[in-house]
Amino acid sequence: MTLKRALGALAVLTVLWLLLPTLVIIPMSFNSAASFNFPPQGFSLQWYENFFTDPSWLRALGSSLQVALITMVVATALGIMAAIGLSKVKFRGKALLESYFLTPLIVPGIVIAIGLYSLFLRFNLLGTLPGFVLAHTVVALPLVIINVTASLQGVDPKLEQASATLGAGRLRTFFSITLPLIMPGVTAGALFAFVTSFDEIILSLFIQSPQLQTLPVKIYNSVTQASDPTVAAVAVIAMLTSVLVMLTAQFATRKRKRASV
Amino acid sequence: MRPENTTSAVDQNEQELRQLHLNTEVISVINDAGISLRDVTKRYGNKAVVDNINLVIEPGEFMTFLGPSGSGKTTTLNMIAGFVSATEGLLHIYGKPVAKLPAHKRDIGMVFQNYALFPHKTVAENIAYPLDRRKIAKAEQKIMIAGALEMVRMGEFGDRFPTELSGGQQQRVALARALVYKPRVLLMDEPLGALDKKLREWLQKEIKRIHREVGSTFVYVTHDQEEALSLSDRIAVFNNGRIEQVGSPADLYEKPETLFVGRFLGESTVLSGAMVSSANGETVLDISGHAIRVPGRLDSDSLAILIRPENITLCDEGTAPATLDSNTLPVTVLDANYLGSSWRCEVELPDGSTGTVRAAQASGVREPGSRAWMRWNVECGVLLEDTGDEGASLT
Repeated sequence: MTLKRALGALAVLTVLWLLLPTLVIIPMSFNSAASFNFPPQGFSLQWYENFFTDPSWLRALGSSLQVALITMVVATALGIMAAIGLSKVKFRGKALLESYFLTPLIVPGIVIAIGLYSLFLRFNLLGTLPGFVLAHTVVALPLVIINVTASLQGVDPKLEQASATLGAGRLRTFFSITLPLIMPGVTAGALFAFVTSFDEIILSLFIQSPQLQTLPVKIYNSVTQASDPTVAAVAVIAMLTSVLVMLTAQFATRKRKRASV
Repeated sequence: MRPENTTSAVDQNEQELRQLHLNTEVISVINDAGISLRDVTKRYGNKAVVDNINLVIEPGEFMTFLGPSGSGKTTTLNMIAGFVSATEGLLHIYGKPVAKLPAHKRDIGMVFQNYALFPHKTVAENIAYPLDRRKIAKAEQKIMIAGALEMVRMGEFGDRFPTELSGGQQQRVALARALVYKPRVLLMDEPLGALDKKLREWLQKEIKRIHREVGSTFVYVTHDQEEALSLSDRIAVFNNGRIEQVGSPADLYEKPETLFVGRFLGESTVLSGAMVSSANGETVLDISGHAIRVPGRLDSDSLAILIRPENITLCDEGTAPATLDSNTLPVTVLDANYLGSSWRCEVELPDGSTGTVRAAQASGVREPGSRAWMRWNVECGVLLEDTGDEGASLT
């Protein structure tokens, strides 16, 4: 009985440990004093007001959304093609190629960041929208491939053969049969790609320029350069966006599981 | 259609065939066939899965590919469908060369073992799919879908999703979907393999009826010999990538040309022995010291006689042995089973192998363990080359 209680306490502590740093930011964002001191004093919406009236913050939010949306589209399109290609073809060293596609998940972000930095320097992509999209796609692509591959495994290859005998070419078969059936995986993959890009900081720090900063970069700069509690409000907004998107992804995955029963 | 184009296409096709040094007779056979396979081979690496097959399927015929798994029957079907390309050979559907044509341009219908209905579409949407591909107006589609569903007796089910149907119902929808655009060829890959026996027999009748109604060329793949016998106009028996024999069910059952075919279709008793003499269209074999007569003659060192179980009767020991037109052989009864319509006895032959006897009445049966004579008319035996295909006897 005591063991059970001890384990319960440990579980609660673990949850707190995981959640507190995230939750602490919420009261901080309503702080009426201009400091990061905890606990906050008073209640005020001034930092939210600050955020929504400061054009540099709004520009960063705009950039983040823009980069995340384009990354989502590019990574999803490429990821679907890669997953389908990998599921169809059989050749020696296929497993190697599969894990190659997933390396960005394993390789430390800083390694990719330094590599990209020197490449982008050479091709003048630093601080540009295509640069951000290219970089974010590298880390978002594996998530799309994983999700799409999983849902492709639930699609009977005979369905594509049936579609062919009924008079549909490959493209028609893809859009009418395969794509609708893997849609839950595609949706989940796309949302993961969006969140990955929206939250990405390591690569972005290397690619940023004063003209083009994503929200996490701007937050980081603002914390290190000036102690502006607006950051807390921004963090809450960024967190809410991510949580919302992830919940949607969860919902999409749940639907996929139910459909496959 | 545009008749001018069709004619010139056929002319061009003929020119191509002439270039292959085929004579006019062969060309006309190819042009008149529903499906023609000529010297078709499929190799994976060095292994020939389908080994030089020649087959002409008549327009409107119900042709069954029968054989054990790995015999090449499914690969051959997949080559006709366009899922697998032939390594060598000519493949024509209604006179049109299709070897280089992708599956979706061959205008065939296909039914799969696991139904392959699109799970995200309703029954009616599934059947509308091939009609959409053919750009048929929605109003006309509606009539065609209703007709197709009526044909498979699924008229009420248009709005259901495939997962809401039983296996048999799904396969009927798959049939409707494969036939709604009236393809000239319908391919079926073990379509009843996933269903239970009762349903299978009922759907066999349905498929036969539908074949009569639509008049398309049906090609049906199965490893179930009873199914093949009851459905087909003709059966092609596959073994090791080759066709052993093509013929009507009765031909194959009564006059098998190889031991493999004889054993694969139905039950049989096989006696192996050496030739003693051959004269006047009759051969005598030495079967474990007994002289056994069989019609025909074959030049081979190892011979066998195949007898169907319903042509054999059991008599008690001591009853007079061979008469003028019958053979007898002493056997030991191993087992006797009542099958409802008949009795089935397993007997041990003099050489230790097993034979089968079917008796219509209990009086034709003997107790297991007892000794008896089996007797059959000389003309019921089929003389074959003994290729030793033991494995084919069990299906």
